[in-house]
Amino acid sequence: MFRNQYDTDVTTWAPAGRLFQVEYAMEAVKQGSAAIGLRSKTHVVLACVNKANSELSSHQKKIFKVDDHIGVAIAGLTADGRVLSRYMRSECINYNYTYESPLPVGRLVVQLADKAQWQVCTQRSWKRPYGVGLLVAGLDESGAHLYYNCPSGNYFEYQAFAIGSRSQAAKTYLERKFNNFTASSREDLIKDALIATRESLQGEKLKSSVCTIAVVGVGEPFHILDQETVQQLIDTFEIVREEEIAPADPEPAAEQGAAADQGGTENQGGAENQGGSPMDI
Amino acid sequence: MDSVADSQRTLYPYVTGSSVVAIKYKDGILMAADMGGSYGSTLRYKSVERLKPIGKHSLLGASGEISDFQEIMRYLDELILVDNMWDDGNSLGPKEVHNYLTRVMYNRRNKFNPLWNSLVLGGVKKGEKYLGTVNMIGINYEDNHVATGLGNHLARPILRDEWNENLTFEEGVKLLEKCMRVLLYRDRSAVNKIQISKITEEGATVYPPFSLRTYWEFSAFQNPTAGAEGSW
Repeated sequence: MFRNQYDTDVTTWAPAGRLFQVEYAMEAVKQGSAAIGLRSKTHVVLACVNKANSELSSHQKKIFKVDDHIGVAIAGLTADGRVLSRYMRSECINYNYTYESPLPVGRLVVQLADKAQWQVCTQRSWKRPYGVGLLVAGLDESGAHLYYNCPSGNYFEYQAFAIGSRSQAAKTYLERKFNNFTASSREDLIKDALIATRESLQGEKLKSSVCTIAVVGVGEPFHILDQETVQQLIDTFEIVREEEIAPADPEPAAEQGAAADQGGTENQGGAENQGGSPMDI
Repeated sequence: MDSVADSQRTLYPYVTGSSVVAIKYKDGILMAADMGGSYGSTLRYKSVERLKPIGKHSLLGASGEISDFQEIMRYLDELILVDNMWDDGNSLGPKEVHNYLTRVMYNRRNKFNPLWNSLVLGGVKKGEKYLGTVNMIGINYEDNHVATGLGNHLARPILRDEWNENLTFEEGVKLLEKCMRVLLYRDRSAVNKIQISKITEEGATVYPPFSLRTYWEFSAFQNPTAGAEGSW
């Protein structure tokens, strides 16, 4: 029934130096539908895949506005995610009450990680780690930030990241492109977010009904794009994709490596600056 | 019944400092205050520093109860220490510190245990000049020039006439000296040992104390009670 004898309690160490309950919590993040984040110097874009529980139900909300300058995308146990976003909202509001200025993103992330860590290391057996991963997007005086908060209490800052089920495909895409993100425009970021989202759909058609996009940036408070806007963006993106196949490539250098993976005629085309977009499946 | 220690309140101030006057000028904020500490109406202390830098971007001036000011300084030192310990490139600016003080002052007055001060908070951060004030009951505002205590009555009319945004450092100091001289003449608790300090993008400087040149032979000073016959 149990995988081993060391995983029944959060506070029990395995001889190999592992805490299985914490690892299981991190596993819960992988089970949730994908969430994606990427940032430029001035903007952060969050995206997520919406999966409905059944044909008859709606999907659960995965992106939350915390404050005008901070938002989160979650993967894993939505209920835990909501608890944590409520905590973040209250921290932001309290900071704003005391200082009349927005809470620096990095500080909120540390407080959040401490809360997760407290949850893990507590000696009380009814406590459990949070089963949720959070991508925290925010803007403060030191610029735009994207953080990933893990159930283990670890946190990392990223240029771009993806979590949740089938996020590896999105990560692969982001890893290939992230070098250009710093200078990206808001629109390019959203476009890359959409492409990365599509990657993690694995073949399913990208529609506004299966994804949510949110943006925060300089002069733009955190907000979730409405469905029509997202659909329009997807449509324009689809057009761009078709255009990219026919005429010359806008970014030959960046595309060549990608084209090489696809081999055959594509490779030849890439060399002649006429290869398909790397995203062409 | 509460014990006596539980019901201690500042019912009236003991050792007090007089006015603080502050203005915005071309490069930042200038502030002036004398160094007197009055025990009631006795000029008991002559070297009380009432202008203090707060963190990297702010400058605080205080009038009123000196011990309460010292308590406020303990709060602020702690606040700045914790802020620095984050070591993340973010820092509290004058606006944040002023708002914090506003909350502290109003909170204490709501406990019927006020910090008996009028505070002036000035600073510069990211090219933005900031000057505001808050008093013992939490009243607070920002302005281009502010003054506490009798300075509100004697200095601000002068500042309204003569202040402008592009004052140089020298002009600003001259204007503050003019205000402090009027205060010295007319505020019985003012003393002639004055400090001026400035804060700019580069940081805060509190200059060493100096005295103002005075002339007491004006006819109005010769017989002060003429036309205002008192009982004594």
